[in-house]
Amino acid sequence: MASDSTSPLRAGGVGKTGITRLMPFSTGLHALLLKLGLSSRNCVILVPYIWLTLFFLVPFFIVLKISFAYMTIAQPPFTHFSETGHLSLNISDSYGRLISDRLYIDSYLNAIKMAAISTVLCLLLGYPMAYGMARAKPSTRNILLMLVILPFWTSFLIRVYAWIGLLKNNGVINNILMAVGVINEPLHMMNTNFAVYLGILYSYLPFMILPLYANLEKMDLSLLEAAADLGCKPLKAFFVITVRLSLPGIVAGAMLVFIPAVGEYVIPELLGGPSTQMIGRTLYNEFFSNRDWPTASAVAIAILILLVVPLAIFQRYQDKQMEAAE
Amino acid sequence: MHRQSWFILLLLTLGFVFLYAPIVSLVIFSFNSSKLVTVWGGFSTKWYGALVQDQQILDAAMFSLRIAAISATLATILGVMAGYVLVRFHKFRGRATFSGMVTAPLVMPEVITGISLLLLFISMEQLIGWPQGRGLTTIIIAHTTFTMSYSAVVMRSRFLTLDISLEEAAMDLGAKPSKVFFVITLPIVAPAVISSWLLCFTISLDDLVITSFTNGPGTTTLPQVIFSKVRLGLDPKVNALATIIISIVAVGVIISSFYMRHKERQRQRDEQMAIRAASQMA
Amino acid sequence: MAAEKQKPQSTHTPWNDPQAVPYIRIENVTKRFGDFTAVDNVSLNIYRGELFSLLGGSGCGKTTLLRMLAGFETPTTGKIYIDGVDMAGIPPYERPTNMMFQSYALFPHMTVEQNVAFGLKQDGVKDAEIKKRVAEILELVKLTQFAKRKPHQLSGGQRQRVALARSLVKQPKLLLLDEPLGALDKKLREATQFELMNIQDRLGITFIVVTHDQEEAMTLSTRIGVMNAGEIAQVGTPQEIYEYPNNEMVADFIGSVNLFEGKIVEDEPGHVLINSAEAGGDIYIDHGISSAPGAKVWVALRPEKIHLSKEDIQQPNNCLKGVVKGIAYMGNLSIYLIQLDSGKQIKVTQQNQLRSAEQLIDWDDRVSLTFHPNSPVALLG
Repeated sequence: MASDSTSPLRAGGVGKTGITRLMPFSTGLHALLLKLGLSSRNCVILVPYIWLTLFFLVPFFIVLKISFAYMTIAQPPFTHFSETGHLSLNISDSYGRLISDRLYIDSYLNAIKMAAISTVLCLLLGYPMAYGMARAKPSTRNILLMLVILPFWTSFLIRVYAWIGLLKNNGVINNILMAVGVINEPLHMMNTNFAVYLGILYSYLPFMILPLYANLEKMDLSLLEAAADLGCKPLKAFFVITVRLSLPGIVAGAMLVFIPAVGEYVIPELLGGPSTQMIGRTLYNEFFSNRDWPTASAVAIAILILLVVPLAIFQRYQDKQMEAAE
Repeated sequence: MHRQSWFILLLLTLGFVFLYAPIVSLVIFSFNSSKLVTVWGGFSTKWYGALVQDQQILDAAMFSLRIAAISATLATILGVMAGYVLVRFHKFRGRATFSGMVTAPLVMPEVITGISLLLLFISMEQLIGWPQGRGLTTIIIAHTTFTMSYSAVVMRSRFLTLDISLEEAAMDLGAKPSKVFFVITLPIVAPAVISSWLLCFTISLDDLVITSFTNGPGTTTLPQVIFSKVRLGLDPKVNALATIIISIVAVGVIISSFYMRHKERQRQRDEQMAIRAASQMA
Repeated sequence: MAAEKQKPQSTHTPWNDPQAVPYIRIENVTKRFGDFTAVDNVSLNIYRGELFSLLGGSGCGKTTLLRMLAGFETPTTGKIYIDGVDMAGIPPYERPTNMMFQSYALFPHMTVEQNVAFGLKQDGVKDAEIKKRVAEILELVKLTQFAKRKPHQLSGGQRQRVALARSLVKQPKLLLLDEPLGALDKKLREATQFELMNIQDRLGITFIVVTHDQEEAMTLSTRIGVMNAGEIAQVGTPQEIYEYPNNEMVADFIGSVNLFEGKIVEDEPGHVLINSAEAGGDIYIDHGISSAPGAKVWVALRPEKIHLSKEDIQQPNNCLKGVVKGIAYMGNLSIYLIQLDSGKQIKVTQQNQLRSAEQLIDWDDRVSLTFHPNSPVALLG
């Protein structure tokens, strides 16, 4: 603001006197902006807010609207329900199909099942790893952390592709096992549910390890010493103290794995078989192959409804983390 | 207690083998002269040559890099703002909604984000004529939107550890809030801003699903090219590409961790020197 | 140490002068955070050139009050005037105050010079002028050779002086200091206390210091405001606060004190006689207090004002008897825990004036405790 440095009260450099506040703003624009509530503080809040509202929130309502529309052979392949003259919501076509066609229900339930099992697998492998990392020497700890984060920075797509090379009938694993003589015929691993579980476990493992590690690393080890001093055996102390205290980390990791895993497309598409129907894959195919956008929208809404509770849990965890850090 | 049980050590080792075996196999077989990728036919670097001559891949790579650079920049700017707001501004209307919108994209399945953005773009096109068609612009908007969550989370965690009395001291000395942000806050959190940019860049470069929904005819991104190739089966050129990407990332991570260690050691030395000097003077 | 200490303006007591105009006026200021009242109807007048301390335990509201002066909090009700100007609505960057933060808040990415120059730059002062003033202030705090260093290359004491220099260079009307010496070790703290007083005296700037350390407040201040639970318990010079506490809280907070419950037997203009069963005798104070005979009263007696003797002294009043139950040897003085015949335990401190292996007074000795009629203070609640 130009006014301050040229103010006669400042010229002597004696210091502010507070009287500057009585002086009018130098530019009318600044005053106008403030009147509109556009102080710099409000601007910083508004810009990301508007962006997210427009490009994250509003789209969900559009999806909702289109899930009630009619499918047509047109570009874009749906009608607006206002076009048909009456405000009847076309529920039967899209949502009706969801319920009547086994494909959707199967994909839906299968996705939940596979995501849940994968989450448990991630936890079973991830917890000991995070624990080992948290209890290592500080210098080793940093190296291990770096090793966990490194795959995360390399391409997700490429790492899933890597498994194709490993699991194929003439892939690495089969070649090694046959060369060593453990098996005579290649194990059929590609395009199976097994491959999908492996793929999800592999891709999402860092997401489970990192929040667990963050939690375990901060744990006060003297709690365990106090427990030992009071007569508690180490194994029991582990479950009663360590695991119990790491519960927020477990929940965070579980949500970070489960929620996106439910809607996975790439992994079931590349590694799964024709029977591995997960809802994300179904949605993608409905959208691009069948061009049935209203049904695809309905599927999306159905997934969202499913995820409301896990999303809420995730939000709660985020908020609690913020509070704890302040 | 740094003594580890053998059980934990075993699982740690198995876990890291599990994490790295696929990566190692990718790299090894990128040098396989046989087209059958996993059946070893001798050492060869010919696939790297073939990769560099594949115009489709090169064009897609350029396109992806452009998108990644632009959306990472936008996402970082928005993420810095969002992170700052979440930490410093406690009371404003709709804060809970804002907080939810900022972090939800982190876990939202990509098919949902993708379909919702595409339908938005189409509706907008019908309503106001922009954005016209799907392509660079729509992809950039899409990538910015979902990567800004990552940026916001990184910046939020950095701002939480930033001592607020630094900002208060600057204000007390006469700097207005906006000046404080650019002259004091931002320079101090600059490393986090950079890592946030790199994170958004990497994620954008790698994205397939959301890009598939928001891309139009006539342009393809690198992940889309890779995906179409690997759907058909193994491709040694993809192995070569993968190795290049992995090498770049590995070198980057190693350099940055060495740099940070070096800075930390220097800092410790400075502090030691200061303490010693002060005690000598006393 | 006493020789180094100059008592500046020892005869200048503007708070006693009805003509003097207060430089800082805090009028009925209350600050509420939701249900919690941090500052409760506080009114204070602070005069130009004072080194005023706000003293109290944690949670007493002193820091909140300081932050309201700086502009980081706004009063829920009440007004604050600095040099006659109402501070309502004025943000911190427009106030004639500067603050020295407890954590020092030095900008880590700037050198010492740049840190100190920051405030002057915000005011648009010319570069040449900035250089001059920064050099002057660095000379004052003896940090000239560290000008190009960054904060992490400095020791704690040096960082503190940079923070001080940075807040002084703008020559504010009011300097606010939040626990300025808290992070320093004892020796450094003592040395810095006197430096601080010298600097304040030389520059003539009004200081308001927040501290929980009563020794610090007593050493530094021209006046102290003792705060408790958001309110001002007492305002006065260090001597007034120590020797004439208004109430138990102040008496107990500042230094140690023995408190005896008693009843007034005689109350005359020139003296008052109090009978205390707790003390096990009568207490005679050589000035009057305005109260009624028979009224209940508390008598405060500082441990160092009591004289211990192994002789069996007989006096009509101001003489108590007891047994030594504990001795703590502190080097320059010893603290005695005495159990009076009445059952009450009190503390007595004595200077160790003789260097001798055998303690003159030992455990389980029977002692007489005597004190001057001027020493006790009667508190009416």
